[in-house]
Amino acid sequence: MKTFALTRASDSAQAIATAAKATTAQQGAEIRFIGGGTTLVDLMKLNVETPQTLVDINHLPLDKIEALPDGGLTIGAVVRNSDLAYHPLVKKNYPVLSEALLSGASPQLRNMATTAGNLLQRTRCMYFRETNMPCNKREPGSGCSAITGVNRSLAILGTSDHCIATNPSDMNVALAALEATIHVHGPKGERRIPIADFHLLPGNTPQRETVLEPGDLVTHVTLLPPAPGSRSLYLKLRDRASFEFALASAAVVVTVANGKITRARIALGGVGTKPWRSTEAEGELTNQAATEAVFQKAADAAMRDAKPQSQNAFKVELAKRCLVHALKLATQLA
Amino acid sequence: MPNQDESPERPEEETRFGFGQSTRRTFLSRIGMASLLATAGPAITTLGQRSEKLEQGLSAESKDAIPVSLRVNGKKYDLRIDPRTTLLDCLREHLHLTGSKKGCDHGQCGACTVHINGRRVNSCLCFAAMYQGDEITTVEGLGQPENLHPMQVAFVASDAYQCGYCTSGQIMSAVALLKEPCGPEEAEVKEFMSGNICRCGAYQNIVAAIQSVRQGTKPQKAG
Repeated sequence: MKTFALTRASDSAQAIATAAKATTAQQGAEIRFIGGGTTLVDLMKLNVETPQTLVDINHLPLDKIEALPDGGLTIGAVVRNSDLAYHPLVKKNYPVLSEALLSGASPQLRNMATTAGNLLQRTRCMYFRETNMPCNKREPGSGCSAITGVNRSLAILGTSDHCIATNPSDMNVALAALEATIHVHGPKGERRIPIADFHLLPGNTPQRETVLEPGDLVTHVTLLPPAPGSRSLYLKLRDRASFEFALASAAVVVTVANGKITRARIALGGVGTKPWRSTEAEGELTNQAATEAVFQKAADAAMRDAKPQSQNAFKVELAKRCLVHALKLATQLA
Repeated sequence: MPNQDESPERPEEETRFGFGQSTRRTFLSRIGMASLLATAGPAITTLGQRSEKLEQGLSAESKDAIPVSLRVNGKKYDLRIDPRTTLLDCLREHLHLTGSKKGCDHGQCGACTVHINGRRVNSCLCFAAMYQGDEITTVEGLGQPENLHPMQVAFVASDAYQCGYCTSGQIMSAVALLKEPCGPEEAEVKEFMSGNICRCGAYQNIVAAIQSVRQGTKPQKAG
Protein backbone atom coordinates (compact mmCIF):
# COMPACT_ATOMS: atom_id res chain seq x y z
CA MET A 1 0.00 0.00 0.00
CA LYS A 2 1.23 3.49 -0.83
CA THR A 3 1.70 5.74 2.16
CA PHE A 4 -0.78 8.54 2.85
CA ALA A 5 -1.57 11.30 5.31
CA LEU A 6 -4.66 10.78 7.44
CA THR A 7 -6.69 13.78 8.54
CA ARG A 8 -9.95 14.01 10.44
CA ALA A 9 -12.41 16.58 9.09
CA SER A 10 -13.68 18.92 11.82
CA ASP A 11 -16.62 20.09 9.70
CA SER A 12 -18.01 19.75 6.17
CA ALA A 13 -16.47 23.05 5.02
CA GLN A 14 -12.99 21.88 5.97
CA ALA A 15 -13.51 18.49 4.33
CA ILE A 16 -14.68 20.15 1.11
CA ALA A 17 -11.83 22.69 1.10
CA THR A 18 -9.28 19.89 1.55
CA ALA A 19 -10.73 17.67 -1.17
CA ALA A 20 -11.19 20.58 -3.58
CA LYS A 21 -7.39 20.63 -4.03
CA ALA A 22 -7.56 17.25 -5.80
CA THR A 23 -7.40 17.18 -9.59
CA THR A 24 -10.36 14.79 -9.83
CA ALA A 25 -13.07 13.29 -7.67
CA GLN A 26 -12.76 10.01 -9.52
CA GLN A 27 -10.45 7.01 -9.73
CA GLY A 28 -6.90 8.01 -8.95
CA ALA A 29 -7.83 11.09 -6.92
CA GLU A 30 -4.97 12.12 -4.62
CA ILE A 31 -7.37 13.19 -1.89
CA ARG A 32 -10.20 10.91 -0.85
CA PHE A 33 -12.91 11.01 1.78
CA ILE A 34 -13.04 7.84 3.83
CA GLY A 35 -16.20 6.54 5.51
CA GLY A 36 -16.48 2.86 6.37
CA GLY A 37 -13.52 2.08 4.13
CA THR A 38 -14.93 -1.25 3.01
CA THR A 39 -14.26 -0.52 -0.66
CA LEU A 40 -11.45 2.02 -0.37
CA VAL A 41 -9.18 0.16 2.07
CA ASP A 42 -9.67 -3.05 0.09
CA LEU A 43 -8.61 -1.29 -3.13
CA MET A 44 -5.72 0.54 -1.44
CA LYS A 45 -4.34 -2.84 -0.36
CA LEU A 46 -4.44 -3.86 -4.03
CA ASN A 47 -2.80 -0.57 -5.12
CA VAL A 48 -5.85 0.11 -7.29
CA GLU A 49 -6.57 3.22 -5.22
CA THR A 50 -3.48 5.19 -4.20
CA PRO A 51 -4.61 8.37 -2.42
CA GLN A 52 -1.98 10.63 -0.85
CA THR A 53 -4.44 12.08 1.64
CA LEU A 54 -7.43 10.51 3.36
CA VAL A 55 -10.02 12.77 4.95
CA ASP A 56 -11.91 10.88 7.65
CA ILE A 57 -15.52 12.09 7.47
CA ASN A 58 -16.93 9.65 10.03
CA HIS A 59 -17.16 12.31 12.72
CA LEU A 60 -19.15 14.82 10.67
CA PRO A 61 -22.77 15.23 11.84
CA LEU A 62 -24.10 13.31 8.83
CA ASP A 63 -25.19 10.19 10.70
CA LYS A 64 -28.94 10.81 11.09
CA ILE A 65 -32.01 9.20 9.55
CA GLU A 66 -34.94 11.60 9.90
CA ALA A 67 -38.52 11.79 8.71
CA LEU A 68 -39.22 14.80 6.46
CA PRO A 69 -42.33 16.97 6.93
CA ASP A 70 -43.71 15.77 3.57
CA GLY A 71 -43.54 12.13 4.69
CA GLY A 72 -40.24 11.43 2.97
CA LEU A 73 -36.94 10.49 4.57
CA THR A 74 -33.49 12.01 4.79
CA ILE A 75 -30.49 9.71 5.20
CA GLY A 76 -27.10 11.07 6.28
CA ALA A 77 -23.99 10.26 4.26
CA VAL A 78 -22.29 8.28 7.04
CA VAL A 79 -25.36 6.34 8.19
CA ARG A 80 -24.24 2.71 8.30
CA ASN A 81 -25.92 0.20 6.00
CA SER A 82 -27.11 -1.91 8.95
CA ASP A 83 -28.65 1.09 10.74
CA LEU A 84 -30.45 2.12 7.56
CA ALA A 85 -31.70 -1.40 6.80
CA TYR A 86 -33.16 -1.88 10.29
CA HIS A 87 -34.59 1.62 10.74
CA PRO A 88 -38.35 1.35 11.49
CA LEU A 89 -39.31 3.96 8.87
CA VAL A 90 -37.25 2.23 6.19
CA LYS A 91 -38.72 -1.17 7.01
CA LYS A 92 -42.24 0.29 7.02
CA ASN A 93 -42.15 2.69 4.06
CA TYR A 94 -39.28 1.47 1.88
CA PRO A 95 -38.97 -2.33 2.26
CA VAL A 96 -37.15 -2.49 -1.10
CA LEU A 97 -34.31 -0.46 0.40
CA SER A 98 -34.10 -2.51 3.60
CA GLU A 99 -34.13 -5.77 1.63
CA ALA A 100 -31.52 -4.55 -0.86
CA LEU A 101 -29.17 -3.49 1.94
CA LEU A 102 -29.58 -6.76 3.84
CA SER A 103 -28.95 -8.78 0.68
CA GLY A 104 -25.54 -7.15 0.29
CA ALA A 105 -22.20 -7.99 1.92
CA SER A 106 -22.01 -9.43 5.44
CA PRO A 107 -23.22 -8.14 8.84
CA GLN A 108 -19.71 -6.94 9.70
CA LEU A 109 -19.35 -5.03 6.43
CA ARG A 110 -22.85 -3.54 6.77
CA ASN A 111 -21.88 -2.25 10.22
CA MET A 112 -19.03 -0.34 8.56
CA ALA A 113 -20.29 0.63 5.09
CA THR A 114 -21.92 4.05 4.71
CA THR A 115 -24.70 5.42 2.52
CA ALA A 116 -22.39 7.71 0.55
CA GLY A 117 -19.71 5.05 0.30
CA ASN A 118 -22.22 2.60 -1.11
CA LEU A 119 -23.25 5.16 -3.74
CA LEU A 120 -19.59 5.27 -4.80
CA GLN A 121 -18.90 1.54 -4.52
CA ARG A 122 -16.43 0.38 -7.19
CA THR A 123 -16.94 -2.51 -9.56
CA ARG A 124 -15.89 -6.05 -8.69
CA CYS A 125 -14.58 -6.69 -12.23
CA MET A 126 -11.47 -8.74 -11.50
CA TYR A 127 -9.44 -6.95 -14.16
CA PHE A 128 -10.11 -3.64 -12.43
CA ARG A 129 -8.83 -5.17 -9.18
CA GLU A 130 -5.68 -6.69 -10.74
CA THR A 131 -3.05 -4.06 -11.53
CA ASN A 132 -1.13 -6.39 -13.86
CA MET A 133 -4.01 -6.45 -16.35
CA PRO A 134 -5.14 -3.74 -18.77
CA CYS A 135 -8.28 -1.92 -17.60
CA ASN A 136 -9.64 1.31 -19.04
CA LYS A 137 -11.39 2.17 -15.81
CA ARG A 138 -8.24 1.85 -13.70
CA GLU A 139 -5.77 3.01 -16.35
CA PRO A 140 -7.52 4.91 -19.17
CA GLY A 141 -6.43 3.84 -22.62
CA SER A 142 -4.88 0.54 -21.53
CA GLY A 143 -7.72 -1.56 -22.94
CA CYS A 144 -10.48 -3.77 -21.55
CA SER A 145 -9.37 -7.25 -20.55
CA ALA A 146 -12.91 -8.34 -19.69
CA ILE A 147 -14.45 -8.05 -23.16
CA THR A 148 -12.24 -10.89 -24.41
CA GLY A 149 -11.74 -12.43 -20.99
CA VAL A 150 -13.70 -13.74 -18.02
CA ASN A 151 -16.92 -11.77 -18.20
CA ARG A 152 -19.57 -14.10 -16.75
CA SER A 153 -20.48 -11.70 -13.95
CA LEU A 154 -20.21 -8.49 -15.94
CA ALA A 155 -22.76 -6.13 -17.47
CA ILE A 156 -25.11 -6.59 -20.42
CA LEU A 157 -26.72 -3.14 -20.30
CA GLY A 158 -25.02 0.24 -20.68
CA THR A 159 -21.71 -1.25 -21.80
CA SER A 160 -19.28 0.26 -24.28
CA ASP A 161 -16.33 -0.96 -26.31
CA HIS A 162 -14.16 0.39 -23.48
CA CYS A 163 -15.77 -1.10 -20.38
CA ILE A 164 -18.36 -3.70 -19.35
CA ALA A 165 -17.90 -3.44 -15.57
CA THR A 166 -21.02 -3.98 -13.45
CA ASN A 167 -22.09 -1.55 -10.75
CA PRO A 168 -22.05 -3.95 -7.77
CA SER A 169 -24.29 -2.09 -5.32
CA ASP A 170 -27.66 -3.45 -4.20
CA MET A 171 -28.57 -0.25 -2.34
CA ASN A 172 -28.16 1.82 -5.51
CA VAL A 173 -30.70 -0.34 -7.34
CA ALA A 174 -33.29 0.23 -4.62
CA LEU A 175 -32.52 3.96 -4.58
CA ALA A 176 -32.99 4.05 -8.37
CA ALA A 177 -36.46 2.49 -8.07
CA LEU A 178 -37.28 4.93 -5.25
CA GLU A 179 -36.08 7.89 -7.37
CA ALA A 180 -33.81 9.08 -4.58
CA THR A 181 -32.14 12.48 -4.63
CA ILE A 182 -28.43 12.80 -3.83
CA HIS A 183 -27.51 15.97 -1.95
CA VAL A 184 -24.00 17.22 -2.63
CA HIS A 185 -22.09 20.06 -0.98
CA GLY A 186 -19.13 21.28 -2.99
CA PRO A 187 -16.82 24.27 -3.41
CA LYS A 188 -19.53 26.04 -5.43
CA GLY A 189 -22.30 25.37 -2.93
CA GLU A 190 -25.03 22.80 -2.59
CA ARG A 191 -26.87 20.93 -5.31
CA ARG A 192 -29.34 18.09 -5.69
CA ILE A 193 -28.79 15.29 -8.17
CA PRO A 194 -31.49 12.75 -9.08
CA ILE A 195 -29.97 9.29 -8.71
CA ALA A 196 -30.70 8.60 -12.40
CA ASP A 197 -28.20 11.38 -13.25
CA PHE A 198 -25.64 10.59 -10.53
CA HIS A 199 -23.87 7.60 -12.11
CA LEU A 200 -22.43 7.85 -15.61
CA LEU A 201 -22.35 5.27 -18.40
CA PRO A 202 -18.78 4.19 -19.18
CA GLY A 203 -18.74 5.37 -22.82
CA ASN A 204 -15.13 6.17 -23.68
CA THR A 205 -14.38 7.52 -20.18
CA PRO A 206 -15.04 4.54 -17.88
CA GLN A 207 -12.72 6.03 -15.27
CA ARG A 208 -15.40 8.64 -14.68
CA GLU A 209 -18.19 6.93 -12.74
CA THR A 210 -20.22 9.80 -11.27
CA VAL A 211 -20.87 13.49 -11.86
CA LEU A 212 -18.94 14.41 -8.70
CA GLU A 213 -16.26 17.11 -9.01
CA PRO A 214 -13.22 17.70 -6.76
CA GLY A 215 -14.34 18.72 -3.28
CA ASP A 216 -17.89 17.45 -3.73
CA LEU A 217 -19.11 15.84 -0.51
CA VAL A 218 -22.27 13.74 -0.58
CA THR A 219 -24.04 14.99 2.56
CA HIS A 220 -27.30 13.05 2.46
CA VAL A 221 -29.85 11.20 0.36
CA THR A 222 -33.56 12.02 0.41
CA LEU A 223 -36.50 9.80 -0.47
CA LEU A 224 -39.95 10.91 -1.57
CA PRO A 225 -42.91 9.87 0.57
CA PRO A 226 -43.94 6.31 -0.33
CA ALA A 227 -46.48 6.29 -3.18
CA PRO A 228 -49.93 5.68 -1.67
CA GLY A 229 -50.90 2.01 -1.82
CA SER A 230 -47.56 0.96 -3.29
CA ARG A 231 -45.69 -2.24 -2.49
CA SER A 232 -41.99 -2.67 -2.95
CA LEU A 233 -39.44 -5.45 -2.79
CA TYR A 234 -35.95 -6.47 -3.82
CA LEU A 235 -35.19 -9.86 -5.35
CA LYS A 236 -31.57 -10.88 -5.80
CA LEU A 237 -30.24 -13.90 -7.68
CA ARG A 238 -26.65 -15.01 -7.14
CA ASP A 239 -24.27 -17.97 -7.15
CA ARG A 240 -24.39 -18.41 -3.35
CA ALA A 241 -27.29 -18.05 -0.94
CA SER A 242 -25.55 -15.24 0.94
CA PHE A 243 -22.59 -12.82 0.94
CA GLU A 244 -22.35 -12.67 -2.85
CA PHE A 245 -22.86 -10.07 -5.54
CA ALA A 246 -25.94 -10.21 -7.78
CA LEU A 247 -25.94 -11.97 -11.13
CA ALA A 248 -29.31 -10.29 -11.59
CA SER A 249 -31.56 -8.42 -9.21
CA ALA A 250 -34.78 -6.43 -9.39
CA ALA A 251 -36.09 -3.57 -7.28
CA VAL A 252 -39.80 -3.05 -7.88
CA VAL A 253 -42.19 -0.44 -6.51
CA VAL A 254 -45.74 -1.02 -7.81
CA THR A 255 -49.21 0.22 -7.07
CA VAL A 256 -52.11 -2.04 -8.05
CA ALA A 257 -55.76 -0.90 -7.93
CA ASN A 258 -58.61 -3.24 -8.94
CA GLY A 259 -56.19 -5.63 -10.61
CA LYS A 260 -54.59 -2.86 -12.68
CA ILE A 261 -51.07 -1.49 -12.25
CA THR A 262 -51.43 2.26 -11.81
CA ARG A 263 -47.78 3.02 -11.12
CA ALA A 264 -44.51 1.09 -11.50
CA ARG A 265 -40.89 1.91 -10.79
CA ILE A 266 -38.40 -0.73 -11.89
CA ALA A 267 -34.63 -0.95 -11.46
CA LEU A 268 -32.28 -3.84 -12.15
CA GLY A 269 -28.96 -4.80 -10.57
CA GLY A 270 -26.11 -7.10 -11.57
CA VAL A 271 -26.72 -6.43 -15.26
CA GLY A 272 -25.92 -2.75 -15.76
CA THR A 273 -22.83 -0.57 -15.78
CA LYS A 274 -24.86 1.72 -13.51
CA PRO A 275 -27.90 1.09 -11.29
CA TRP A 276 -30.33 0.28 -14.12
CA ARG A 277 -33.68 2.05 -14.07
CA SER A 278 -35.93 0.52 -16.71
CA THR A 279 -38.48 3.06 -17.91
CA GLU A 280 -39.12 0.61 -20.78
CA ALA A 281 -40.42 -1.98 -18.32
CA GLU A 282 -42.39 0.67 -16.45
CA GLY A 283 -44.07 1.70 -19.74
CA GLU A 284 -45.23 -1.88 -20.37
CA LEU A 285 -46.67 -2.18 -16.87
CA THR A 286 -48.43 1.13 -16.35
CA ASN A 287 -52.21 0.96 -16.80
CA GLN A 288 -52.06 -2.75 -17.58
CA ALA A 289 -53.55 -5.70 -15.74
CA ALA A 290 -51.29 -7.30 -13.12
CA THR A 291 -50.84 -10.58 -14.99
CA GLU A 292 -47.85 -12.77 -15.76
CA ALA A 293 -48.20 -12.04 -19.48
CA VAL A 294 -47.84 -8.32 -18.80
CA PHE A 295 -44.87 -8.92 -16.49
CA GLN A 296 -43.21 -10.96 -19.24
CA LYS A 297 -43.71 -8.13 -21.74
CA ALA A 298 -42.13 -5.73 -19.24
CA ALA A 299 -39.17 -8.07 -18.74
CA ASP A 300 -38.70 -8.40 -22.52
CA ALA A 301 -38.76 -4.61 -22.83
CA ALA A 302 -36.18 -4.24 -20.04
CA MET A 303 -33.77 -6.57 -21.87
CA ARG A 304 -34.45 -5.33 -25.42
CA ASP A 305 -31.11 -3.50 -25.62
CA ALA A 306 -29.11 -6.14 -23.75
CA LYS A 307 -25.71 -6.84 -25.28
CA PRO A 308 -24.35 -10.09 -23.83
CA GLN A 309 -20.64 -10.93 -23.81
CA SER A 310 -19.08 -14.33 -24.51
CA GLN A 311 -19.93 -15.79 -21.07
CA ASN A 312 -22.94 -13.89 -19.78
CA ALA A 313 -25.76 -14.43 -22.27
CA PHE A 314 -27.57 -16.39 -19.52
CA LYS A 315 -28.08 -13.09 -17.72
CA VAL A 316 -30.65 -11.94 -20.26
CA GLU A 317 -33.04 -14.74 -19.37
CA LEU A 318 -32.05 -14.68 -15.69
CA ALA A 319 -32.81 -10.96 -15.40
CA LYS A 320 -36.17 -11.43 -17.13
CA ARG A 321 -37.20 -14.23 -14.79
CA CYS A 322 -35.94 -12.21 -11.84
CA LEU A 323 -38.13 -9.25 -12.78
CA VAL A 324 -41.19 -11.39 -13.56
CA HIS A 325 -40.90 -13.19 -10.22
CA ALA A 326 -40.33 -9.94 -8.32
CA LEU A 327 -43.46 -8.47 -9.91
CA LYS A 328 -45.46 -11.59 -9.05
CA LEU A 329 -44.33 -11.33 -5.43
CA ALA A 330 -45.01 -7.60 -5.25
CA THR A 331 -48.52 -8.00 -6.70
CA GLN A 332 -49.16 -11.11 -4.61
CA LEU A 333 -49.61 -13.39 -7.62
CA ALA A 334 -46.86 -15.76 -6.55
CA MET B 1 5.69 0.21 18.46
CA PRO B 2 4.32 0.72 21.97
CA ASN B 3 6.38 2.74 24.43
CA GLN B 4 8.44 0.31 26.47
CA ASP B 5 6.96 1.35 29.80
CA GLU B 6 3.44 1.00 28.43
CA SER B 7 4.10 -2.19 26.55
CA PRO B 8 1.28 -4.61 27.34
CA GLU B 9 2.03 -7.98 28.77
CA ARG B 10 1.58 -10.92 26.51
CA PRO B 11 -2.02 -12.01 26.83
CA GLU B 12 -2.74 -15.12 28.81
CA GLU B 13 -5.20 -16.55 26.35
CA GLU B 14 -2.88 -18.99 24.68
CA THR B 15 -3.01 -22.65 25.59
CA ARG B 16 -0.49 -23.64 28.23
CA PHE B 17 1.43 -26.79 27.41
CA GLY B 18 3.02 -27.62 30.76
CA PHE B 19 6.59 -26.88 29.60
CA GLY B 20 7.33 -24.35 32.32
CA GLN B 21 5.97 -21.06 31.00
CA SER B 22 5.55 -22.19 27.38
CA THR B 23 2.52 -20.95 25.53
CA ARG B 24 1.24 -22.58 22.38
CA ARG B 25 3.04 -19.91 20.38
CA THR B 26 6.47 -20.27 22.02
CA PHE B 27 6.09 -24.05 22.16
CA LEU B 28 5.45 -24.26 18.43
CA SER B 29 8.33 -21.96 17.59
CA ARG B 30 10.67 -24.05 19.80
CA ILE B 31 9.60 -27.25 18.09
CA GLY B 32 10.20 -25.53 14.78
CA MET B 33 13.69 -24.49 15.82
CA ALA B 34 14.49 -27.96 17.21
CA SER B 35 13.49 -29.74 14.03
CA LEU B 36 15.40 -27.23 11.94
CA LEU B 37 18.53 -27.78 14.07
CA ALA B 38 18.17 -31.53 13.66
CA THR B 39 17.86 -31.40 9.90
CA ALA B 40 19.77 -28.30 8.84
CA GLY B 41 22.37 -27.55 11.44
CA PRO B 42 24.76 -25.37 9.40
CA ALA B 43 21.98 -23.38 7.80
CA ILE B 44 20.48 -22.32 11.08
CA THR B 45 22.93 -19.52 11.80
CA THR B 46 22.03 -17.75 8.57
CA LEU B 47 18.36 -18.31 9.21
CA GLY B 48 18.73 -16.94 12.74
CA GLN B 49 20.41 -13.78 11.49
CA ARG B 50 17.80 -13.32 8.83
CA SER B 51 14.88 -13.69 11.23
CA GLU B 52 16.57 -11.18 13.58
CA LYS B 53 16.70 -8.68 10.73
CA LEU B 54 13.09 -9.40 9.91
CA GLU B 55 12.16 -8.75 13.55
CA GLN B 56 13.98 -5.42 13.46
CA GLY B 57 12.24 -4.55 10.21
CA LEU B 58 8.83 -5.26 11.66
CA SER B 59 9.42 -3.35 14.86
CA ALA B 60 11.24 -0.37 13.35
CA GLU B 61 9.16 2.78 13.52
CA SER B 62 7.95 4.02 10.17
CA LYS B 63 9.13 7.49 9.17
CA ASP B 64 5.46 8.36 8.70
CA ALA B 65 4.44 7.15 12.16
CA ILE B 66 1.79 9.15 13.96
CA PRO B 67 0.74 9.11 17.62
CA VAL B 68 -2.39 7.06 18.15
CA SER B 69 -4.28 6.35 21.34
CA LEU B 70 -6.47 3.26 21.36
CA ARG B 71 -8.72 1.71 23.96
CA VAL B 72 -8.71 -2.08 23.69
CA ASN B 73 -10.44 -4.44 26.12
CA GLY B 74 -10.78 -1.61 28.62
CA LYS B 75 -7.08 -0.71 28.54
CA LYS B 76 -5.59 2.43 26.99
CA TYR B 77 -2.59 2.14 24.69
CA ASP B 78 -0.49 5.07 23.45
CA LEU B 79 1.33 4.07 20.28
CA ARG B 80 3.20 5.47 17.32
CA ILE B 81 2.12 3.68 14.15
CA ASP B 82 2.21 4.15 10.40
CA PRO B 83 -1.21 5.45 9.20
CA ARG B 84 -1.42 2.40 6.91
CA THR B 85 -1.59 0.09 9.92
CA THR B 86 -4.90 -1.69 9.98
CA LEU B 87 -6.60 -2.28 13.29
CA LEU B 88 -5.91 -6.00 12.81
CA ASP B 89 -2.18 -5.49 12.29
CA CYS B 90 -2.08 -3.02 15.18
CA LEU B 91 -3.71 -5.54 17.51
CA ARG B 92 -1.49 -8.40 16.46
CA GLU B 93 1.89 -6.80 15.74
CA HIS B 94 1.92 -3.84 18.14
CA LEU B 95 -0.30 -4.91 21.04
CA HIS B 96 0.49 -8.64 20.67
CA LEU B 97 -3.19 -9.49 20.93
CA THR B 98 -2.96 -12.37 18.49
CA GLY B 99 -6.43 -13.81 19.09
CA SER B 100 -7.79 -11.88 16.09
CA LYS B 101 -6.62 -13.71 12.98
CA LYS B 102 -5.61 -12.60 9.49
CA GLY B 103 -7.30 -14.73 6.86
CA CYS B 104 -8.01 -12.98 3.57
CA ASP B 105 -7.08 -9.44 4.73
CA HIS B 106 -9.87 -8.10 2.44
CA GLY B 107 -13.03 -8.34 4.54
CA GLN B 108 -14.20 -11.58 2.98
CA CYS B 109 -13.46 -14.27 5.60
CA GLY B 110 -14.31 -12.73 8.99
CA ALA B 111 -11.32 -14.21 10.88
CA CYS B 112 -10.38 -10.67 11.99
CA THR B 113 -13.81 -9.81 13.44
CA VAL B 114 -13.67 -7.55 16.52
CA HIS B 115 -16.20 -5.26 18.17
CA ILE B 116 -15.99 -1.48 17.93
CA ASN B 117 -18.38 0.15 20.40
CA GLY B 118 -20.17 -3.19 20.68
CA ARG B 119 -20.67 -3.68 16.92
CA ARG B 120 -18.82 -6.32 14.94
CA VAL B 121 -16.53 -5.18 12.13
CA ASN B 122 -13.73 -6.57 9.94
CA SER B 123 -10.62 -5.15 11.63
CA CYS B 124 -8.56 -5.82 8.48
CA LEU B 125 -10.46 -3.04 6.67
CA CYS B 126 -10.08 -0.47 9.49
CA PHE B 127 -7.15 1.92 9.69
CA ALA B 128 -6.34 1.81 13.40
CA ALA B 129 -5.75 5.57 13.61
CA MET B 130 -9.40 6.20 12.71
CA TYR B 131 -10.71 4.46 15.83
CA GLN B 132 -9.22 6.62 18.56
CA GLY B 133 -11.73 7.18 21.33
CA ASP B 134 -13.68 4.06 20.44
CA GLU B 135 -14.07 1.00 22.66
CA ILE B 136 -12.44 -1.94 20.87
CA THR B 137 -13.08 -5.46 22.09
CA THR B 138 -11.15 -8.51 20.90
CA VAL B 139 -11.60 -12.15 21.80
CA GLU B 140 -9.04 -11.58 24.59
CA GLY B 141 -11.48 -9.16 26.18
CA LEU B 142 -14.42 -11.52 25.96
CA GLY B 143 -13.39 -14.15 28.48
CA GLN B 144 -10.40 -15.74 30.13
CA PRO B 145 -9.52 -19.45 30.33
CA GLU B 146 -10.82 -19.59 33.90
CA ASN B 147 -13.85 -17.42 33.15
CA LEU B 148 -15.05 -18.05 29.60
CA HIS B 149 -17.88 -16.17 27.91
CA PRO B 150 -20.96 -18.43 27.56
CA MET B 151 -20.43 -18.42 23.78
CA GLN B 152 -16.88 -19.70 24.26
CA VAL B 153 -18.19 -22.43 26.56
CA ALA B 154 -20.78 -23.39 23.95
CA PHE B 155 -18.19 -23.51 21.15
CA VAL B 156 -16.06 -25.90 23.23
CA ALA B 157 -19.02 -28.05 24.24
CA SER B 158 -20.43 -28.19 20.70
CA ASP B 159 -17.04 -28.93 19.11
CA ALA B 160 -17.65 -25.91 16.91
CA TYR B 161 -14.24 -25.91 15.22
CA GLN B 162 -11.56 -28.13 13.82
CA CYS B 163 -8.35 -26.20 13.17
CA GLY B 164 -9.54 -23.23 15.22
CA TYR B 165 -8.17 -20.49 12.96
CA CYS B 166 -11.55 -18.90 12.24
CA THR B 167 -12.86 -19.52 15.76
CA SER B 168 -12.13 -16.18 17.41
CA GLY B 169 -13.82 -14.38 14.52
CA GLN B 170 -16.75 -16.80 14.64
CA ILE B 171 -17.14 -16.21 18.39
CA MET B 172 -16.92 -12.41 18.06
CA SER B 173 -19.62 -12.54 15.36
CA ALA B 174 -21.74 -14.96 17.40
CA VAL B 175 -21.60 -12.72 20.48
CA ALA B 176 -22.56 -9.66 18.40
CA LEU B 177 -25.41 -11.63 16.83
CA LEU B 178 -27.03 -12.00 20.26
CA LYS B 179 -27.83 -8.27 20.21
CA GLU B 180 -28.82 -8.10 16.51
CA PRO B 181 -32.32 -8.57 15.06
CA CYS B 182 -31.69 -12.19 14.16
CA GLY B 183 -34.78 -14.42 13.92
CA PRO B 184 -35.01 -17.61 15.99
CA GLU B 185 -34.54 -20.04 13.08
CA GLU B 186 -31.31 -21.81 12.15
CA ALA B 187 -31.55 -20.34 8.65
CA GLU B 188 -31.42 -16.85 10.15
CA VAL B 189 -28.34 -17.74 12.19
CA LYS B 190 -26.65 -19.02 9.04
CA GLU B 191 -27.47 -15.78 7.22
CA PHE B 192 -26.19 -13.67 10.14
CA MET B 193 -22.98 -15.75 10.28
CA SER B 194 -22.37 -15.52 6.51
CA GLY B 195 -19.46 -13.12 7.01
CA ASN B 196 -17.42 -15.79 8.78
CA ILE B 197 -15.94 -18.53 6.65
CA CYS B 198 -14.84 -21.86 8.15
CA ARG B 199 -12.51 -23.75 5.83
CA CYS B 200 -12.90 -26.91 7.95
CA GLY B 201 -16.65 -26.78 7.52
CA ALA B 202 -17.65 -26.82 11.19
CA TYR B 203 -20.75 -24.84 10.33
CA GLN B 204 -23.33 -27.24 11.79
CA ASN B 205 -21.70 -27.23 15.19
CA ILE B 206 -21.14 -23.45 15.07
CA VAL B 207 -24.88 -22.94 14.50
CA ALA B 208 -25.65 -25.49 17.26
CA ALA B 209 -23.38 -23.62 19.70
CA ILE B 210 -25.01 -20.28 18.92
CA GLN B 211 -28.52 -21.69 19.19
CA SER B 212 -27.73 -23.30 22.54
CA VAL B 213 -26.68 -19.92 23.95
CA ARG B 214 -29.74 -18.17 22.48
CA GLN B 215 -32.11 -20.84 23.74
CA GLY B 216 -30.39 -21.30 27.10
CA THR B 217 -30.08 -25.03 26.46
CA LYS B 218 -27.18 -27.39 27.08
CA PRO B 219 -24.73 -27.17 24.16
CA GLN B 220 -24.71 -30.23 21.93
CA LYS B 221 -22.89 -31.39 18.86
CA ALA B 222 -25.03 -31.23 15.76
CA GLY B 223 -23.22 -34.04 14.04
